[in-house]
Amino acid sequence: MSPLHLCLAFSSVLFAVGLAGALARSNSILVLLGIELMLNAANLNFIAFWRYGPAPSSATGVIFVIFAIAVTAAETAVGLALVISIYRHQQSIRLQEATRLKG
Amino acid sequence: MKLPVEYLWLIPALPLLAAALGSVTPRRGRRLAAGAAIAAMLGALVLSCLALRAALADPSAHLTCNFPWFDLGNGAVQLGWLLDPLNAFMCVMVSAVGLLIFIFSLGYMEADEDFTRFFCHLSLFAASMLCVVVANSLLLLFIGWELVGLASYLLIGFWFHKPAAAAAAKKAFITTRIGDIGFLLGLVWLYDSTGSLLLYDGGNGVLETHVLGDLASQMLAGGLAASTAIGLLIFCGAAGKSGQFPLHVWLPDAMEGPTPVSALIHAATMVAAGVFLIARIFPLISADQELAAAPLHALTVVAAIGAITALLGAAIAVAQYDLKRILAFSTISQLGYMMLALGVGSWVAAIFHLLTHAFFKALLFLAAGSAIHAVHHEQDIRQLGGMRGPMRTTYATFAVGMMALAGVPFIFSGFWSKEAILHAASQWNVSHLPLYAGLAGVVLTAFYMTRLLCEVFWGAPRSPASSHARESPAVMTIPLIALAVGAIAVGFLGTPAWPWLQSRLTGREVPAHSLLEGGSLMALSIVLVATGLGAGWALYGRRPRAAASAPDPLATAAPRAFAFLGARMKLDELYAATFGRLNTFGAALADILDRWVWGGAVELLARLGEFTGFVNRGVDEGGLNKGFDTVSERIRGAGRAYSRAQTGEAHGYLRTLAIAFVVLALLVLLGGGR
Repeated sequence: MSPLHLCLAFSSVLFAVGLAGALARSNSILVLLGIELMLNAANLNFIAFWRYGPAPSSATGVIFVIFAIAVTAAETAVGLALVISIYRHQQSIRLQEATRLKG
Repeated sequence: MKLPVEYLWLIPALPLLAAALGSVTPRRGRRLAAGAAIAAMLGALVLSCLALRAALADPSAHLTCNFPWFDLGNGAVQLGWLLDPLNAFMCVMVSAVGLLIFIFSLGYMEADEDFTRFFCHLSLFAASMLCVVVANSLLLLFIGWELVGLASYLLIGFWFHKPAAAAAAKKAFITTRIGDIGFLLGLVWLYDSTGSLLLYDGGNGVLETHVLGDLASQMLAGGLAASTAIGLLIFCGAAGKSGQFPLHVWLPDAMEGPTPVSALIHAATMVAAGVFLIARIFPLISADQELAAAPLHALTVVAAIGAITALLGAAIAVAQYDLKRILAFSTISQLGYMMLALGVGSWVAAIFHLLTHAFFKALLFLAAGSAIHAVHHEQDIRQLGGMRGPMRTTYATFAVGMMALAGVPFIFSGFWSKEAILHAASQWNVSHLPLYAGLAGVVLTAFYMTRLLCEVFWGAPRSPASSHARESPAVMTIPLIALAVGAIAVGFLGTPAWPWLQSRLTGREVPAHSLLEGGSLMALSIVLVATGLGAGWALYGRRPRAAASAPDPLATAAPRAFAFLGARMKLDELYAATFGRLNTFGAALADILDRWVWGGAVELLARLGEFTGFVNRGVDEGGLNKGFDTVSERIRGAGRAYSRAQTGEAHGYLRTLAIAFVVLALLVLLGGGR
């Protein structure tokens, strides 16, 4: 197996783990954690395609990843703030119970 | 001290103020209302005397004070005051006679509960007449003229709870209104041709030379001058107000008002207005005299109407039994004399007779009022009689008035003014018929006045009321004495030997003549007066009526003629049968037209509108509303369906996403990346 394949396989596993965590856990923070894992799997793919791709000289992959990490950080901050706010309202962070915004 | 023309408006303003005060005074404020009215009349009299002095300082001048009332198009409607001897004499006469009548009313109306209202209306009456007199604009004159009509309506119908009084007030108002339509048309025409309604306006007034020349030179169809037509239209108004044939029918009925009102109407205010108007616009109405070719001169019509009225009024008066109605018909006859004088071209004689007539007719009415008051409002002369004994002052003053009206020579004023009229009529070069009518009227006047005097005051009392008659209080007899003095003295202002009034009115020196100027005519009229008096005395004085039911000597001599005259020549019936019928027919026609033609058309339109509304409603509810309702119901359903998908379960959303992703990935992989 070439290093690219190894990387892709690893990121696939990481994405699957993240998805499983996000779907299976009921703790909001852990769901957020799962989503982070899925994002990082995508970031890993960017790095792998840049490192072993046809033109490694331009730093496009790295730039993409840096931007994605920054956006993710902001998103995580908003997500955690929401979690705190939900906890204040209903003394629980179980995702199944936070259904007030349903149609 | 003289009254400048700028302050002339004060003369009508004072009584108007009193009327305004009286209208807000409560019913119990009797002394306030009467005091204000009498004080205002006294003020007006003083101001009128000052105005007369100012006017006599230069009798040929026409002092004016004009001012714009409001702007209309390019010009302004002008009003103004005029001061000349004609106005000033009228003002003095109206306010002096008015004042005496007001004082008399204090006694006459004492028992009436609407005393306050009475004085309010009297003041309004006097104010409107004074407004007519001092106006320098025909428009202002017309305003005053209509106010006179209104006030007369209010006063004739003062006892409006009596149906006869209410009907008489209506009759007076409507009859004079018929004449006023002519007057108004004349004014509109005049304004259209000259652009002004001012009488004197520094050369541009309608009574000044070059405007009159224009009017007389405008020819209408048939060779009539515009001034003839305008003059005749204005004369219609004067004929209505002054009770000229054929519009005289309201005047006898106006006797339903209280007697002071009759005195005011017949002497100073209402009927004098028509004669005054024609004398005022005499330059206009006589402008066509120069046109020898004209088929008709306005003044000829005036003279003819005057002569007819003079004779007709005197003839009807012979056969009446109501004390006040006899006096009313004598007024009609005397107004006919004045119009006759105007028609034959001597407006000075007309005004002279107007002034003397004002005094002796006011005197006669007030004396009659005093007698009526004493016998508890019995007016039928057959029921009176024998009142000479208890009512000495009333009898003496009534006799003075009666002799003045009959024209007893040399002492009484009526003689001089009537002579002036007859003299003018004898010099008219168109026809001598007015003179003959006037001479016949002289006999009749002397006759019916003798009859009235004998029936009321001589003989024995013929009813319980007249046997208990008592002399009226001083507040009523003093005005009588003052008027009796006037009825004698005013005549000496204008005798042929000393024509002071004539020269002041015309503004030129009128040469004095010997008293026996035109001696044959004077002798003839003295003989006629003597004939009338003698006949009256022979029929009624020598053998006084024995009982109230005894027949009239004339009625036995000529029953049919007497009954015809007694029914006022059936003129009222004639009007009822012609104009009244015509009016009823027209009203019925208008009713049918309204009810069926116009009513039907309106009904049809309404039904059409109703039908359109019905259709609109159907379209709206069935079509548009239903369509909109369906569409919005659908949109609402779709919204509900979508909102059901929003469960709020974050896991559910994520799961959907993941499954969709897997499906997408499978599609991509199996489709070979295409």
